[in-house]
Amino acid sequence: MKRHLLSAGDLTRDDAELLLRTAEELRSLADRPIKKLPALRGRTVVNLFFEDSTRTRISFEAAAKRLSADVINFSAKGSSLSKGESLKDTSLTLEAMGADAVVVRHWASGAPHLLANAGWSKSSVVNAGDGTHEHPTQALLDAFTMWRHLGNLDGRRVAIVGDVLHSRVARSNALLLKTLGAEVTLVAPPTLLPVGVEGWDVETSYDLDAVLPKADVVMMLRVQRERMNAAFFPTVREYSRRYGLDGRRMANLQDHTIVMHPGPMIRGMEITADVADSNRSVIVEQVTNGVAVRMAVLYLLLGGSEPAVGATEGTNL
Amino acid sequence: MSDFLIKGASLLGAEPVDLLLSDGTVAEIGSGLSAAGAEIVDADGLVALPGLVDLHTHLREPGREDAETVETGTQAAAMGGFTAVHAMANTDPVADTAGVVEQVWRLGREAGHCDVQPVGAVTVGLAGERLAELGAMADSAAKVRVFSDDGKCVSDAVLMRRALEYVKAFDGVVAQHAQEPRLTEDAQMNEGELSGRLGLRGWPAVAEEAIIARDCLLAAHVGSRLHVCHVSTAGSVEIVRWAKSKGWNVTAEACPHHLLLTDELAATYDPIYKVNPPLRSATDVEALREGLADGTIDVVATDHAPHPHEDKDCEWQAAAFGMLGLETALSVVQQTMVDTGLLTWRGVAERMSATPARIGRLSGHGRPLEVGEPANVVLYDPAFSKVVDATELASLSRNTPYVGRELPGRVVATFLRGTPTVLDGKLQ
Amino acid sequence: MPAQSAAEPGTPTGSDRAVMDDRDVSRALTRIAHEILERNKGLRDLVLLGIPTRGVPLARRIADRIAAVEGAEVPVGSLDVTMYRDDLRLRPARPLLPTEIPHGGIDGKVVVLVDDVLFSGRTIRAALDAMNDVGRPEAVRLAVLVDRGHRELPIRADFVGKNLPTSLVESVRVHLDEFDDEDAVLIAGTSAPTGEEQTR
Repeated sequence: MKRHLLSAGDLTRDDAELLLRTAEELRSLADRPIKKLPALRGRTVVNLFFEDSTRTRISFEAAAKRLSADVINFSAKGSSLSKGESLKDTSLTLEAMGADAVVVRHWASGAPHLLANAGWSKSSVVNAGDGTHEHPTQALLDAFTMWRHLGNLDGRRVAIVGDVLHSRVARSNALLLKTLGAEVTLVAPPTLLPVGVEGWDVETSYDLDAVLPKADVVMMLRVQRERMNAAFFPTVREYSRRYGLDGRRMANLQDHTIVMHPGPMIRGMEITADVADSNRSVIVEQVTNGVAVRMAVLYLLLGGSEPAVGATEGTNL
Repeated sequence: MSDFLIKGASLLGAEPVDLLLSDGTVAEIGSGLSAAGAEIVDADGLVALPGLVDLHTHLREPGREDAETVETGTQAAAMGGFTAVHAMANTDPVADTAGVVEQVWRLGREAGHCDVQPVGAVTVGLAGERLAELGAMADSAAKVRVFSDDGKCVSDAVLMRRALEYVKAFDGVVAQHAQEPRLTEDAQMNEGELSGRLGLRGWPAVAEEAIIARDCLLAAHVGSRLHVCHVSTAGSVEIVRWAKSKGWNVTAEACPHHLLLTDELAATYDPIYKVNPPLRSATDVEALREGLADGTIDVVATDHAPHPHEDKDCEWQAAAFGMLGLETALSVVQQTMVDTGLLTWRGVAERMSATPARIGRLSGHGRPLEVGEPANVVLYDPAFSKVVDATELASLSRNTPYVGRELPGRVVATFLRGTPTVLDGKLQ
Repeated sequence: MPAQSAAEPGTPTGSDRAVMDDRDVSRALTRIAHEILERNKGLRDLVLLGIPTRGVPLARRIADRIAAVEGAEVPVGSLDVTMYRDDLRLRPARPLLPTEIPHGGIDGKVVVLVDDVLFSGRTIRAALDAMNDVGRPEAVRLAVLVDRGHRELPIRADFVGKNLPTSLVESVRVHLDEFDDEDAVLIAGTSAPTGEEQTR
């Protein structure tokens, strides 16, 4: 039985397309006078956040509430030094409260897997971002946004640019976009590409200018200034010159190419303000789509007697 | 003390013979032996090995008696066929003074399940800044000969050089935990394709190999003995092989888990598989087995590292490094080395008894099973097969990575100087 | 996985018996179109909402006939009732079907819901709830191609293509050209009900 959404890699093409179609139906809800559906009435969704992320939490909260679920926000922020016993205890508490789904954001890679597989609770687990591992609903909303602009993603070229090494968004996108037939190119300085990326079945490039003219989608990833201190790149100025998306580079894009960013943006670092605010940018739309996609995920996991998508119980990846 | 007459044991895997253990020594070896008043041990189908010696055990006492005590740790050792273990220094307080090593040594004597030979810390508090009083520990009742900051690497090249030089005065050896600290900051698992996929910070092989290469060169330069703890990569095996080919005085150990398990297990995110150094690739496992077979790697050492349940029942990143090893070591070695034809039982005895005793300068252990030698004997049933059940372990902790796995073999009896510490598979 | 959609044609069995053919279906829809116009006294404020899957093309066909008579278009849309079904939790999560509310909405309009088969009445109950979240019509009417009886709720159709007395062990299937390459209403004996028949 499928119960969880832990990794974008859990989704088959049928699963992913069902999610996108469902999100499309749910997106129209935003245009209706009553933005509420009864599907999850009486279900309890817990947003369990061990790491601050106001935008992701609000997006899940809106999604659950529009489906009439009861929402409990549980902020259990702890440092990465604190022991994980609290994850277990928290999980047992939520189980005792009768949570049907736990949406979990955690600083530790794999924490949602642990929650789903440790036998602490029977809830469905939705990964809302774990460490530097995955963020499957972000990948779904990104794919949904591309799909709305470009249609079928088969053979579409998607450039994901920036700090791939530390990006859960990049990992989930690489997996999901591959499932949907797109061709992904990861663009970063060699220091910010993971070891073993050759095995990911994606293209990689160190040269942004060579990749841009062919891309249908350019997704800019956030690059934290602190990475500079760990010698991933010499200076912000050098990074921006080599890997930032500015007006000059934008001019080399095809007419239909869209620019995306999972947020929060650092204007002037990986993307300039004029690009972020240009009509190619779908960054604001990504936020709207996030609610629709998360509604689709929650509905398909919790809406019936058993879920229609997601990871099989006991799978680990 | 009663005598024991072991009937029909296959001595190091050879033809069955009888062994009479009397007054703490092997009194007679031959067929059809009889001895009035001796307790008979039927050893039909069992392999007799000299008592095993572990160069790398964490007994956790003093300081972490919730994880293991000298009492429970030595019980686990006896159950695994060990008659001597080297207790690592990373206790609380750290075993960096004569006082602490003598305390551990005394606790071992009181427990009596196997001999406990304390390892002394190389640097004060394992801090890697100042040399501990190595000479005082060597001169203490514990007669420390192995010095290690295990758990931490003596990464400062000058400090390592001085330690290697200094221990020459009392025939000591520095056992290095080879881990370049800057290359492994917050590292969680073997660096490779899988670490990238799982989003777990990678632990590159080079972080181990660079230190081993440096230390081999240092040991050669100052003409001292170096022992390399828990070699885990194919590259490390190559470097040790090269150092030995130069005639340098370098020895190395491999752990059972590195001979059997691979980094693929990290994909479960179950911290039971989190260990330092991390589980590596299948290629590395293969190279370790080859190295152990051809003698590049001298010793199998357990790195028995008990942890309480709560330190493993949590997020991978928050969990402690380490696995239990004492009670499963011989079974894993049988499966990976003997059943594969890479090593004979004689070879096992050399790598798990004679050589570790020699490196640790333990005079009463690792002796051949000959008349007049100390009666440290293990009787082992290689035909036995079991599924590992953590609740049956003698160790206070339960963090064995082999839970639910079928492993061959069973220690039927362990004799420490003629006295059974384990008989019929049960602690005495 | 859930059933892909109700659009999959039911597999005819040996015991299938056609109770309406393409000409019967066509005549019934023409009659319903006229009845709707008569009852509504023309096109004023009229909106047709088909219930997916087969209610949607039926609504379109009725709208085409109305347009032919009146010479003006009537707004047509679709209303998915999946999330409002009272048996939502009894089966695996089902895919959503399209909801398209015509431009101008349904507030103050006369909405005619169109479905293929009226059985227990539960689908229509769900549709009334769904509509409640979309707007407030002046009146709601119901048009169905077949009424097979066995109501479980106090619901009745205003416009019926054919009243078809059935036994509960029988199943009724509507085939439409848009999905099934033919127009027909089939009745099957004791074989297990399939397709949307199961949802009642």
